[in-house]
Amino acid sequence: MKTTRTPVAAAPRRHRTLAPFAFLAPFLIPFVLFTLVPVGYAFWQSLHKTERRGGTFGRAETVFAGFQQYADVMAEPFFVDSLIRVALFGLVQIPVMLALALTLALLLDSAVARLKRFFRLVYFVPYGIPGVVAALMWAFLYDPQLSPVVDLLRSAQVDVDLLGPDAILWSIGNVVTWTYTGYNMLIMYAALQAVPADLGEAARVDGAGAWTIALRIKVPVIRPALVLTGVFSLIGTFQLFTEPQVFRAISTSVTSTYTPNLAAYSLAAGDHYSEAAALSVLLAVATFALSFLFLRFTARRQG
Amino acid sequence: MTLLTRTEGAHAPATTRPRRGPALSSVPVLVFMALVAGYMLLPVYWLLIAATKSQSDLVTTAGLLPADWHLGENLTALFSQQDGIYLRWLGNSLAYAGAGAAVGTLLAAMAGYALAVYQFKGREAIFSVILGGVLVPATALALPLFLLFAEVDATNTFWSVFLPSVVSPFGVYLSRIFAAASIPDEVIEAARIDGAGEWTIFRTIALRLMSPALVTVFLFQFVVIWNNFLLPLIMLQDDRLYPVTLGLFTWQSQTSRAPELQTLTLVGALVSVVPIVITFLLLQRYWRAGLAAGAVKS
Repeated sequence: MKTTRTPVAAAPRRHRTLAPFAFLAPFLIPFVLFTLVPVGYAFWQSLHKTERRGGTFGRAETVFAGFQQYADVMAEPFFVDSLIRVALFGLVQIPVMLALALTLALLLDSAVARLKRFFRLVYFVPYGIPGVVAALMWAFLYDPQLSPVVDLLRSAQVDVDLLGPDAILWSIGNVVTWTYTGYNMLIMYAALQAVPADLGEAARVDGAGAWTIALRIKVPVIRPALVLTGVFSLIGTFQLFTEPQVFRAISTSVTSTYTPNLAAYSLAAGDHYSEAAALSVLLAVATFALSFLFLRFTARRQG
Repeated sequence: MTLLTRTEGAHAPATTRPRRGPALSSVPVLVFMALVAGYMLLPVYWLLIAATKSQSDLVTTAGLLPADWHLGENLTALFSQQDGIYLRWLGNSLAYAGAGAAVGTLLAAMAGYALAVYQFKGREAIFSVILGGVLVPATALALPLFLLFAEVDATNTFWSVFLPSVVSPFGVYLSRIFAAASIPDEVIEAARIDGAGEWTIFRTIALRLMSPALVTVFLFQFVVIWNNFLLPLIMLQDDRLYPVTLGLFTWQSQTSRAPELQTLTLVGALVSVVPIVITFLLLQRYWRAGLAAGAVKS
């Protein structure tokens, strides 16, 4: 920042052209080092593998292997399994969560002011709780020995193992829904604040009911916010890690390759760095492509 | 860049606002909203109750009803476990998230200010790359970061978790919007005529004008770092460097061998959540401001 401190009379023009870069550099240097370089390095690593020459005690050498790691990873049964699992998860959990969030946002936007503040506060509380802690709490609530929820279900003659292989995916879905509904609701609610009040007023004069106004007028106006929550949810789903990782400690139903991200972590933990890098790159590309397609798709429907 | 000119949603709306549309507060609606509120509060309520129970009561008494009051004993046990390592974890979390968010906010403010105020070649190109960074999820970066830090033997250090945390492309995006909205060009011109240097203008004028917005940026990043799990999980082996989330996770994964850790995990979870929930509720309007600006993006 030294250059910008010299008296302005010295060479003001030149200093002003340098100033923006002086302001940008402190951000750009760590940004390049800890965001761009890792992405590039992961790609480079994914194209190489470590080989031992001359038997078990030979020297380890890094050799170029092209896309072999990618082929290896994609040939593993867990690759397709984990992808199908998160896709199924996303198909069910995202619509349920966003529908709930939208309903709450619309209700909050029209309800009486006094209770509005209270409900908004309560719905947002889960987002303030770290994902690990949320998963821990729900893990206890699913535990057959400790859970009041399981007790309640049992008294209603419903015997379900919430941590069993059939239910665990939806038990995880519940944790994610619980954590992020309020966050998504707040994005939608904030967008609703920008809807001009006279828009609803005019429709009301024309005799439109509350629900008609909500669905026909408010929802189309906040489309950008809805698309945004959709993209964020999609990215989150494909990166699913924390909740299944916490549940692994208490349930054998969650395998070490349950989600793609968990599989990448397990590969790295087992020193298969090249395969882990390849899987990370695949996952990042897939996430990016899906978000892009989703944006294109929703943009086209808008006309 | 029309998206950057639309900023009215970026500020917390006034608290009193004319009611929009007919009220929906009929009885079924209130019942529905109360039920959802119950769902949101159930785990928190359960945690509050469970934290006051002894290990044996935890298993034998009804989950949603209080039993004998053991919170004091539980807290003592929590803070004395492994020579008070829990307090260390809390301190680590505070250092990672507090210092990380503070440094990150300053860097984001400077970058956002530069992008909003100066005209220079490559400005939009740089901004596009930074926006691309918003779309790269932190979990996707954790593994590559580990490989990179391993290359220079820097894993399992404080810096391996701290340094990547200070980068906040979303903070730059917000700062640019806020800087464009809150710093008039005339003010900067006037300061230049008075002979103020560029850095002085930023420090004395821009920072002050942007400060409400920077609280939002700080809060966002604080929570993101506080909640970060994968990066410390991958980077750290030394449990004295753990943030509190990772510490609680390791306790929980040991409960099958050491059941007494169950109570400690619960009380620890409660203690770790209390400060953040309070800050969160107190500063709620800043959140809404940030989220509103985020919603303008697409």
